[in-house]
Amino acid sequence: MKKESNIYTIIYAAVLVILVGVGLSVIYQTLHPMQVKNIADDKKRQILAAALIIPQKNESISDVYENHIVDSFIVDNNGNKVNSDTNAFDVNIKQEVKKAAAERLLPVFVCKTDSGLKYILPVYGSGLWGPIWGYIAFDGNGDTIYGAYFAHEGETPGLGAEIEKPAFSSQFEGKNIFDTNGTFEGVQVVKAGREPSSGSYVHAISGGTITSQGVQRMLSESLLPYSNYLKSLKQTSDTSNQSQNISQDEE
Amino acid sequence: MKNNNALLPLLNPLSKDNPVIVQILGICSALAVTAKMEPALVMAISVTAVVAFSNVIISLIRKSIPASIRIIVQLVVVAALVVIVDQVLKAYNYEVSKALSVFIGLIITNCIIMGRLEAFAMTNNPWNSFLDGIGSGIGYGIILVIVSFFRELFGSGTLMGYQVIPQSWYDAGYSNNGLMILPPMALIVVGCIIWVHRANNKDIQE
Repeated sequence: MKKESNIYTIIYAAVLVILVGVGLSVIYQTLHPMQVKNIADDKKRQILAAALIIPQKNESISDVYENHIVDSFIVDNNGNKVNSDTNAFDVNIKQEVKKAAAERLLPVFVCKTDSGLKYILPVYGSGLWGPIWGYIAFDGNGDTIYGAYFAHEGETPGLGAEIEKPAFSSQFEGKNIFDTNGTFEGVQVVKAGREPSSGSYVHAISGGTITSQGVQRMLSESLLPYSNYLKSLKQTSDTSNQSQNISQDEE
Repeated sequence: MKNNNALLPLLNPLSKDNPVIVQILGICSALAVTAKMEPALVMAISVTAVVAFSNVIISLIRKSIPASIRIIVQLVVVAALVVIVDQVLKAYNYEVSKALSVFIGLIITNCIIMGRLEAFAMTNNPWNSFLDGIGSGIGYGIILVIVSFFRELFGSGTLMGYQVIPQSWYDAGYSNNGLMILPPMALIVVGCIIWVHRANNKDIQE
C-alpha cells in the first residue's frame, strides 16, 4: 500500500489511537487505587490541620486520622443528624454548596485533641482566580473557633495564596462566630490596621483583598447552615457545665 | 575523537544548543514551575522522560508515518507519554503533582518536545534520538534548577524546602524578597543566565 494514500493514512491513525488508548487505560487501571488513596490522605491531612494536628513525615496520615477523628456524621440545617447512605468523609462539598441550605448535606468531623473534642466543619467558596476551601474546627461550646485551615487552587503566589499560611489561618483561633444575642455573624476579614465597630474580625492579606473577601464570604455562606447545629452544641455544653457546677456545689 | 562525535547529540543541547537559553523554547513552563526547587526538578525529570521516549518512539516509526498526519502522530505520542507521567506522579508523588498542577499537562505544548521531534527524531536513528532527547531534557532541566535555586533561596530562604537562611538573619532585619516568587523574576533570572552564557560563548553572539 502506498504510504501517502488516504486509506493507509486513516488505518495508520486508527491503529495508533487504539494502541495508545489501550495502553493508557491499562496504566490508569493500575495506578487508580493509589491515586484514590493519595487524594483521601490529602483530605485527611487538611481536616487534621484545622484541629492543629500536623502528622510527622514518618507517620501514616490514615493512622493519625483514625486516632483523632472519633466520629463523623452528616447534619441538616436544623442541626439534626441525617441518616444518609453517604459517608461524611465522601460528601462532595463543591456540589453541596450549590444547593439551597435546606437541602445540603453538612458533614461534621469530631476530633479528639488534648483540649477536648473539636468539631471540624468544611467550608468552600471562591477566591480571585478559582475555588478556595478549608476546614474550621470549633470548640465543644460550638461558637469559638479552635483552628482553621485554608487552601486554594490558584490564587496569586505571595498575595492571595498567603491564605494557606498559618500566619493567616492562626488569626482565626479563638474568634466567636455568634454575636452576644446568639445571632450568626461569621468572621469579618478587614484591612490590616482597621477595626470593625463590632464582631469578630481578622486582618486581610495586603494585596490579596479579593481573596480575603472570598474567605469572609466563604465562611458566612458555608457556616450559616451549621448555625443551628452549633447552637445545639452550645446548649449541650452549657447544660453539662451547669450540671458539673451543681455537682461541684454539692461537694 | 570518534567517541566525541557519537555523544554530540547528548552534549550539544547542554550548552551550545541549549533549548531554553539559546533556542529560547519552553520559557512558559520555566517561568511557572521555578518558584521552588522540588517542582522544578520533577518538571525537569518529567520533560526529560517525555522528550527522550517520544524521540525514540517517533524515530522508530518515522519511516511509516504518512507525511500528511505527521504532526498529529507526534502529538498523540507526546500526549500519551504526558498522561502517563501525570498519572505516575499522582500515584507516587501527590504533593509535587499538586504543586505542578496543570503544567504537567502543558508539557504537551512544550515547544522543546515538538521541536526535537520535528528537527531531530524524524531524520535520525533511535539511539541518536534518545541521546538528543536526554540532552535536550537535561539542558532544559539545568536552567530550571538554576533559576529555581535563586528564586527559592531569595524568595523563601529555603532550598528543597529546607531552611538555609538562618533565623538570626531575619531577626537582624533580613527579609525574603517577595518579588522572587512572582513569575516576572524568572524571566529576569533567565535573562541574566542568557547574558552570562552569551558573554562566555562568542560564537553564538549575533
